[in-house]
Order: sequence, then C-alpha cells, then structure tokens
Amino acid sequence: MKTFLKIFAIVLALASCTQAREIKLLNVSYDPTRELYLDYNAAFTKYWKAKTGDDVKIDQSHGGSGKQAQSVIQGLEADVVTLALAYDIDAIAQQSKLLPADWQKRLPNDSTPYTSTIVFLVRKGNPKNIKDWDDLIKPNIKVVVPNPKTSGGARWAYLAAYAYALEKNSRDDAKAKEFIKALYKNVPVLDSGARGSTITFVDHGIGDVLLAWENEAHLALKEYGADKFEIVTPSLSILAEPPVAVVDKNAKRHGTTEVAQAYLQYLYSDEGQEIAARNFYRPRNEAVAKKYADNFAQLKLVTIDQEFGGWKKAQETHFADGGTFDQIYQQ
Amino acid sequence: MATSQLAAKKFRVLPGFRLTLGFTLLYLSLIVLIPLAATFWKTSTLTWGKFVHSVASPAAISAFKLSFGVSFLAAIVNLVFGLLVAWVLVRYKFFGKRIVDALVDLPFALPTAVAGITLATLYAENGWIGKWFASWNPRQSLIYHSHHFTNELSKISWLSIFHAPWHWLIVHTPNSSLHLQISYTWLGIFVALTFIGLPFVVRTVQPILEDMDVEIEEAAATLGANRLKTFRRVILPMLFSPLLTGFALAFARALGEYGSVVFISSNIPLKTQIVPLLIMSKLDQFDYSGATALAVVMLVISFLLLLGINLLQWRTTRHHTI
Repeated sequence: MKTFLKIFAIVLALASCTQAREIKLLNVSYDPTRELYLDYNAAFTKYWKAKTGDDVKIDQSHGGSGKQAQSVIQGLEADVVTLALAYDIDAIAQQSKLLPADWQKRLPNDSTPYTSTIVFLVRKGNPKNIKDWDDLIKPNIKVVVPNPKTSGGARWAYLAAYAYALEKNSRDDAKAKEFIKALYKNVPVLDSGARGSTITFVDHGIGDVLLAWENEAHLALKEYGADKFEIVTPSLSILAEPPVAVVDKNAKRHGTTEVAQAYLQYLYSDEGQEIAARNFYRPRNEAVAKKYADNFAQLKLVTIDQEFGGWKKAQETHFADGGTFDQIYQQ
Repeated sequence: MATSQLAAKKFRVLPGFRLTLGFTLLYLSLIVLIPLAATFWKTSTLTWGKFVHSVASPAAISAFKLSFGVSFLAAIVNLVFGLLVAWVLVRYKFFGKRIVDALVDLPFALPTAVAGITLATLYAENGWIGKWFASWNPRQSLIYHSHHFTNELSKISWLSIFHAPWHWLIVHTPNSSLHLQISYTWLGIFVALTFIGLPFVVRTVQPILEDMDVEIEEAAATLGANRLKTFRRVILPMLFSPLLTGFALAFARALGEYGSVVFISSNIPLKTQIVPLLIMSKLDQFDYSGATALAVVMLVISFLLLLGINLLQWRTTRHHTI
C-alpha cells in the first residue's frame, strides 16, 4: 500500500509538472525565411515566457510558398502561415475556409510586417557589367531565376522586370511583353524554387546573374564569401510584400489563438523589426529602417497594387495557363 | 506450370485461401485502387473540352514525349548494363564483390533529391565529370556529320522526340567546336533516370542467373554452338522473362520520377519539362483537376505499356513450357 501511495505521489508530481503549460505553435513559411524565424522564434519564446510564464515551442516548416499553401489546404495543422505572397494565403482562405477572406485587413500594413525586393547577384567584379534590367536582355547574358509557376520569389522577379519594362516604354504593354520574352530567352535553367536557383548559380556556376530575394542575395554573400559574388541593385524593382496570418480554425482547435496572434503582432515590435532587419528583410518601422539603412540600397520600389491591380489580377494575366508567361515559350 | 495449378485446385497443404485473398484485396484497395480511382474521379469533374485543353496543350505534349522517350532510353540502357552487372556478380569471384553487390541497391535508398543535386553537380560544366564532356572537341568532320545526322533525323517523324533535344544538346561555341552539356539538358534527365532505374534489371536477372547451371553452357559448347550462339540461343531465352520484368519496372519507375530530375533538368517549358513537373506546377496553381487529367493520361499509357509487356512475357513463358 505504501509503495502504491509513493507511485501515486510521483504520478501526481509529474502531472503537476506538465501543468506549467507548454504550448506548441506551427509556423508554416516559405523557403528563404528559415534563418529569420530561427532568430525570431528564440526572441518570441523569451518574450512570451516573461509575459505569461508559459513555454511556447515553435515548429517551423519551410518549402515553396505555393506548396506550403497546398499542404495547409490538405490538412497541415498550421497555426500561423507566413508566406511569400498574399495570393497563396488567399488560396487557403478560399479553398479551405480556415480563415476569413479579409484576413489581410487584420494586421497593420496589409499584414506584412516586413518587406523585401528583388535584386541581382552577379559574379565578383561584375565581369559582364550588369547594372540594370536592360543589361539582362543582351544576347550573351545568361540569367538564372526560378519558374514563376512554382516559386513565389520568381513571381515577384517576373513582375519586377515587367514593371521596369512598363516604366521604360511609357506603359506600352506589348513592348513590356517583348522585353520579358527577351529576358526569359536568356534563362538557361528554370528551377522550381529559390534555393534550387541559388544552387544552380552558386554551386554549378551556371549563368551571369541570379535574380534573387534581397535577403537571399545577402545570405549568399555571407555564406559563400563576398569575394565570390556581389549584389547589384537595379534602378527599379518591386516591393515584395510577404504577408502573415493566423489560421483561425486550426488555432482555435489547438487552443492557441491568443499566442498565435501575439506571435504575429510581436513581429511589428521594435525587437521583431530589428530581427527582420538583421536578416535583411526591410522593416516597416521607420526608426529601425533608419538604423539599418546601410543594409538596404535605395531604389525605386513599385507595389503590386499600383502596378498590376493586385495579386488576383496579376495571377490571371501573367501566371495562369495561357498567361503572359506561357506565351513566352509559344512559337 | 499449368498442371501444378490444376493440382492446387484439388488440394492445398496450407489453408486460408479466402482470408489471404480478402486481405490482398483490402490491401490493394487501400494502397492502390482507391487512390487511383480518386484520380479518375477528380478528372471526371472536368468537361471534355477542358480535359483536352490540359492534356493536349503544346507544353503537355512535349512533356509526354520527353518523359516517355527518355524513360524508355534509360530503361534500355539499364537493360543492357543491368544484365552485364548481374552476370559479373553471379559468374565471377573477385575482391570486393559484396560491396559492389550492395552498391547496386543504393539508388533505392538514396533520397532522389540528393541524387539529383549530386548528379547535377558532377555533370555540370564545372563538375568533375561534366568538365570532361564540356571540353570534348571532336574533329571538324564530325560537326558536319552530326548536322547531317540531325537533318536526317528530323525527316523521320517518329524520331522527332529526339529531334529537338538533339539541337538543345549541341551547343555551338564561338570557335565552332562542339561541346556536350549534360546537366540541364535532356541528357541530364537521362543520367538521373538511368541512375534510379539501375537496381531493377540487376535484381530481377540475378536470381535466375544464379539458378542457371554452367553445365548448360558447356553442353551447348560440346554440341557445337559458338559463344555468340550459346548466348543468343541458350542463355538469352531463359533470361528473357526476368529481363522484360526488370525493363518494365525500370521504365515505370523512371516515368514517375520527380525528385532527382527537377534538379538536373533545366525545366524549360517545351524543352526539358517532364510530366511530373508539369503536374506539380499545376498543383502549385491550385489547378487540381488539370493536374489529375495529366496523371490519368500518364496512368493509362503506362498501364497499356505494362500490360503489353506482361502479355509478351506471358506468351513467351507459355511458349517455353509447352
């Protein structure tokens, strides 16, 4: 009987230990945010512990943005999604109804706590003298960029090039199409995702220029050494807005609504913004942006809403079957 | 064969026919039939016009040609070299044979994405192997011949599968020498598909070869058959069935391969895009029925091909037992 009581006491003690709540959160994100969220999760865990006393363990999932949205629709239990473009979160809202259609209005800046853009990564010394988008359509230039049908970053890159061509040719759509056609004729390899393209360009030595997320380009410099590559900032590019959202129904079922919301809101805090800036994402916060101004080159940035009338329209005109991208490859 | 089946009907040593058959059907339904049926069902939500639009678009047709053409070539290469490997492993004793034997299975175990990246790196123009091909500089006459050859090829319609990739493979450098690029061309896809299909022929032929007595060859020799005849008339007929099985497996495996190919192919629409990639890109655009439409066509063609191979095999084995 005594031993029984002992065991009972131990079980009780163990049970009360787990009472200090350990919350699990799954953040489903896209490819290049791996390093950003590694830093940010550590910071948020600390903040949440100090605020509520609860331990929160954040799991990360990374992959191509479209594929990640796909997984969430098919039932991956994401509490929050932080994807490359609003279109993918729209798809989750539309196809699975896990979050309301107006999700983008729930957080400041269209639910985009940080932004990025598309820049050029060239080989050291810039041997082909690439300065701006015009240089990319010259006949002896090889451009490496992923397929916009499968990669979120590649869609931003495509639209950046298109926006430049529109600007340059006083908004003549036919001329912009010609420009984009010439550009993709210079693309020898269309990888399915941003990381694949980086491998092709960096490890396999294919191409003269890689069209990359600004943060990927900086990461490549950091990882492979500034003596091998350099970043060229074009005169104009697109303001890439990777949005974040709580997946309401999943969070509700897991009982994580509160922490999931706090997780995304904290991205807008000074600390969250600094972490973003340190990982080469452009912060929304003016003061933080000023502090890290050296990280980010000045250039003209256009938004998808101004230039292309939003994602839905851009998707239909450019990337859907038979869209302008498909037309490039039709004789 | 036929007599033993007849005997089995009368009397079985081990009971449990109904139980095992029931389990077989359940198992096949859960793993194969229901998922496949779902594919067909999803496709049936498309109208006929939309179905044709998805599967007969220029991009789809070029992908089908590439997938079936290159998979076929890779399976043929595996057929020949798989037989060779199996022969060496069964008939000869040499140092490190066990290791070589284990190596054969490696393509099964290695994650295909890893295989793809590794192969792409090795066969890239700056890679260990690719470098060698990139600097390949044949004589001037060969350039003429290959041009001539390409022109000849283009006249034959059924060979047109290989017509476009051939152009793609010959890259003219400014000094008009040829160089052979492997990674990021159809040749790269071919290398990857050969790699993943390697174990099939070896593993199907090996056990049959082990059971085959060397005396049979000796008997053939004493009866006056020369080496070629012994191989052609004695060994090959016995190996025909396992070779065909191995070929079919390697071919089918290559058709469905995605992971390694996307890394070694340049994935350019109408040139080096395989069907599985096209399916993936449809899925990425949330076009589920378009993706399943392509899958259905792929399934039907593969099924017909495999059925044909099985029939051929059945005919030859029956021919042999009689």
